[in-house]
Amino acid sequence: MNAESATVEPTGPSRSEVDATLRAILADVLGLDKTRVAAFDNETGLFGHLPELDSMAVAGLFTEMEDRLDIVIEDDEVDGEMLETYGGLLAFAEAKVVEN
Amino acid sequence: MYADWPCPARDGRTGDEMMLGFDRQREHRLLVLAPLFEEANRFRRQIVEIMRRLDLHGIDCFCPDLPGCNESTAPMREQTLAHWRDAAKAAAAHIGATHVLAMRSGCWLAPDDLNGWLYVPPKTSRVLRSMVRARIIAAHEAGHEETGEGLLSLARASGIELAGWELGPELIAEMEREEIDYPSRQTIVDQADIGGKPLWLRTENDDDPEQADALAALVAAGMLDS
Repeated sequence: MNAESATVEPTGPSRSEVDATLRAILADVLGLDKTRVAAFDNETGLFGHLPELDSMAVAGLFTEMEDRLDIVIEDDEVDGEMLETYGGLLAFAEAKVVEN
Repeated sequence: MYADWPCPARDGRTGDEMMLGFDRQREHRLLVLAPLFEEANRFRRQIVEIMRRLDLHGIDCFCPDLPGCNESTAPMREQTLAHWRDAAKAAAAHIGATHVLAMRSGCWLAPDDLNGWLYVPPKTSRVLRSMVRARIIAAHEAGHEETGEGLLSLARASGIELAGWELGPELIAEMEREEIDYPSRQTIVDQADIGGKPLWLRTENDDDPEQADALAALVAAGMLDS
């Protein structure tokens, strides 16, 4: 680590790391390549409404987020709304990482 | 390709279960253990693809149905990891296995006296957590609330249905308790060793010929060298 990164880097993953990790997880879950996932913006729709997606796949997504982002997602935090757009899921992940 | 094998039942008798096999009476004989639960379906096609390739490499390979899994008519709710391990051991003896390849949660059941490969074994507690979470999500969408702790205390007492699977109290206790020490004779295979995206995370069932090539090549290299 050089002096510059030491001054800008707080403890824990930075926002851009959370963003990159979340995109990588979504690439795996949705079966998309990196370029498609790199083009996601906050408004990009993810899963639409939850009933279209089976609950086991959603559960797998959250478990993967816990493992790769080192966070704990409580059962009562799981809500269909945060899966509707990339921005919603990213905001949730960032808040969880800060909370840790 | 499909044959019956005599599988030990919990009452001490044996019952026939199905086994997918490529058998040409060759020297190298591999027991293939599929993942349990939801991933059994997700990996079914991929496992067949891997076995076809192993057959071409000159390896006899066999994937047995364990009691309560796939086509088995044994009640799922009566199954335990311990009983599945006995069944996996019996299947290994039946085919004269020289090695084992276990996939994901199938790794929990690999006979520890066989050399072999364990493809990305998950923790028992993480798999249980995902299944509990799936039920909570489904319930939430249906308009009623359940909690993880509430579901688990019910499960410990009398078993539970999670994501379509009937899990008995003994199996729940094993999944909550177990930290499995894998024997050093079995090599853990990471996703990075195979390349590609983890198929178990996909929202749509899929197979991946390149990943099947890579895993079959890795196993074949190990078996044919030994």
